[in-house]
Amino acid sequence: MLGVLELSYREKIGHWKHGGIVGVFGYGGGVIGRYSDVPEKFPDIAHFHTLRINMPASWFYTTEALRGLCDIWERHGSGLTNMHGSTGDIIFLGTSTPELEPTFAELTNMGFDLGGSGSVLRTPSCCVGPARCEWACYDTLKLTYDITMHYQDELHRPMFPYKFKFKMAGCPNDCVASIARADLSIIGTWRDKIQINHDAVREYAKKGKDIQSDVINNCPSKCMKWDGKTLHIEDSECNHCMHCINVMPKALRPGKDRGACLLIGAKAPIMEGALLSSVLVPFIKMEPPYTELYELVDKIWELWGEEGKNRERVGEYIQRIGLGNFLEMIEVEPIPEMVAHPRENPYIFFEEYFEDDDEEGTDE
Amino acid sequence: MSQAAPRKTDIGPPQYEKFLPPIVKKNYGKWLYHEILKPGVMVHVAESGDKLFTVRAGSPRLISIMTIRKFCDFADKYCSGFLRFTSRNNVEFLLTDQTKIDPLIADLKAVGFPVGGLGNSISNIVHTQGWVHCHSSATDASGIVKSVMDDLIEYFTGMKLPGKLRIALACCLNMCGAVHCSDIAILGVHRRPPKVQHDNLKKLCEIPTLISSCPTGAIRTAMVDGKESVEIEEDLCMYCANCYTVCPATALNDPLNDGISIWVGGKVSNARHEPMFSKLAIPYIPNNPPRWPEVVSAVRNLVEIWAKDARKYERMGEWINRIGWPRFFKKAGIEFTKYHIDDFKFAGTTYKKSVHLKY
Ligand code: HEM
Ligand code: HEM
Ligand code: SF4
Ligand code: SF4
Ligand code: SF4
Ligand code: SF4
Repeated sequence: MLGVLELSYREKIGHWKHGGIVGVFGYGGGVIGRYSDVPEKFPDIAHFHTLRINMPASWFYTTEALRGLCDIWERHGSGLTNMHGSTGDIIFLGTSTPELEPTFAELTNMGFDLGGSGSVLRTPSCCVGPARCEWACYDTLKLTYDITMHYQDELHRPMFPYKFKFKMAGCPNDCVASIARADLSIIGTWRDKIQINHDAVREYAKKGKDIQSDVINNCPSKCMKWDGKTLHIEDSECNHCMHCINVMPKALRPGKDRGACLLIGAKAPIMEGALLSSVLVPFIKMEPPYTELYELVDKIWELWGEEGKNRERVGEYIQRIGLGNFLEMIEVEPIPEMVAHPRENPYIFFEEYFEDDDEEGTDE
Repeated sequence: MSQAAPRKTDIGPPQYEKFLPPIVKKNYGKWLYHEILKPGVMVHVAESGDKLFTVRAGSPRLISIMTIRKFCDFADKYCSGFLRFTSRNNVEFLLTDQTKIDPLIADLKAVGFPVGGLGNSISNIVHTQGWVHCHSSATDASGIVKSVMDDLIEYFTGMKLPGKLRIALACCLNMCGAVHCSDIAILGVHRRPPKVQHDNLKKLCEIPTLISSCPTGAIRTAMVDGKESVEIEEDLCMYCANCYTVCPATALNDPLNDGISIWVGGKVSNARHEPMFSKLAIPYIPNNPPRWPEVVSAVRNLVEIWAKDARKYERMGEWINRIGWPRFFKKAGIEFTKYHIDDFKFAGTTYKKSVHLKY
């Protein structure tokens, strides 16, 4: 490995051949095949496939589990890993084709399964959430595990036009960058009042925090007031940006009526340009058995699975047909929360208009 | 050849609860507040009064099983055998005994793992495969990340910045990771069109898929020496390599012209300003392994001008929004070129349409 890397450094070019289709029986993904283009020089890495292994939610481990994984990889692979891939998987970096099935057998015996690759549901991942964060507005670990189990088939066997990713963030700080890196971004939020501990606010002020300039002046919706003694938040105007809570974690907490905002469509530039996810459902309660969420996801997949072009991400599909049409097909009402602003051009496709013989004032 | 061993499939990942430390299980969803005690160390206080201490250490992400076992040794010694990794591939040790924090940090440092990455710091660099494993890379990932982090280590182990600063790297514009939404992004770029291997293209590739893979419509069918193949309209090609992703006969890696571009001002959190894309700062810097000194000094320059000028909490993108892009280029000493001006679909929305200008 170091040999080929040194060669790449000298020549300023990679030495991996294109693609390579390998895998384990019964699955359509989870293994990235890789062959060296200089196998005679470096026979040990002539085959150097990657296995993606589905990590536990939020990347918590016992040393027993990690040592078990290390032992398997010592027996069957290069001993090199990525902890972790950017989608979240444990990456076992480098093995040969005959080792894939035995590695898989030992992994499943230990309770680990492969993650996703190809045109499948990729491995869902989440922030640390309620396990160690006071701001988690729903149980990101529970939902991540539930989605992963609910959609095992979609994760292991390609059935989509292209890849699809879920990421779960417990609050708008979005510590897994879901809004940028997931086709469906599930970001925790609240609907009621920010919880204020007024004594703790005064404590911050006493200890030298400049509440006016650090907190109030940075509030994007200008909905806070501080008279030197009491902090007032006009909660109906709050954008739920998290700034004030981030700055005074001992004094402020998200409200009690908690759930999540669903946003759809993020992707990297290929083909039509990079996209961030945009609002699909402003607020939804996020409690098991997550029926409402799954019904919506199934509708989206059915539509995009049918109509999406080969290698067209759902975000691109929505751009192509228009968000308005997309909403109609998945039976979601359009609302102003979904747009940064209404359209600026007048190229409107009307579907309702009068015919000559209509009664005045009616349409259809 | 194989005995009929029962084959397990679709079991999914292990249930996470098995891996949660007892204190986390007990206080799950009942955390009250947290405080950063010093660089890389924070405490979470639960409603029950329990305290959980976290020590965050940098990791190179590409690690061997020996390193993982080393992390396990520390977790056994200090944390009853529990640890976790973060969304930026740092490793976190979870302690209940405050007196064990400093010995753990000393042990980590002794084997070369810095503690930090919390609060107003530069945390780990989210990065990709590079020449270690990917065929479409225009540069290496691990090498540049190591060089940049070596240079910026004071910002990982300290908390002296105005706000958070996230750096990410991708070795081609597939952008596996967080490059399009980071304060500073390092992105591998090609500068020459693919060289079509007409001899075996038809054998290796599906031509309609190939043609539809091109964002600018640069690929046409063509007969070359009596063989079905494609032609690339070089004037339309911006070297994105997406055709190569779907077809091995259109390689475009080129040691002479591949290199690095640098982007600034992206963010994902909603705090204060809405999430933003990163925008082009430097169109091209040649690859210069093993230490990429030009990239390292360009990144340091960006960190420093921002750190000096930005207001408290102001992320790179918020700072640039306030001062304006002309000021940014002036302060950064970066030449503005025609390459900075968008010319893809709807590029016009990125032009300046007012006389709100500084002189
Ligand atoms: C064969 C070449 C490629 C290799 C070796 C490769 C490698 C990887 C790896 C190892 C990851 C992390 C995976 C995980 O954690 O499970 C990843 C993520 C990603 N890949 Fe690739 N990739 C390749 C091609 C592509 C292509 C063609 C695209 C886009 C069209 C792409 C876009 C992405 C994106 C956007 C992510 C990050 C997703 C996230 O942030 O969660 N990759 N890639
Ligand atoms: C000060 C209050 C904050 C707390 C307590 C907090 C909590 C956390 C936690 C628990 C993690 C680890 C998550 C994981 O690995 O799954 C994390 C990581 C992260 N957070 Fe936050 N967050 C805070 C504010 C923010 C803000 C304001 C932003 C963005 C502006 C942000 C962006 C991130 C990012 C990018 C990471 C990955 C960092 C790494 O792993 O080194 N966080 N945060
Ligand atoms: S996204 Fe919010 S809830 Fe999740 S770890 Fe970050 S700050 Fe905590
Ligand atoms: S969360 Fe953001 S918008 Fe809401 S009050 Fe706090 S600073 Fe203002
Ligand atoms: S960014 Fe490009 S070169 Fe790097 S790993 Fe992803 S696909 Fe490969
Ligand atoms: S490199 Fe990109 S722009 Fe050039 S021909 Fe291939 S797909 Fe088209």
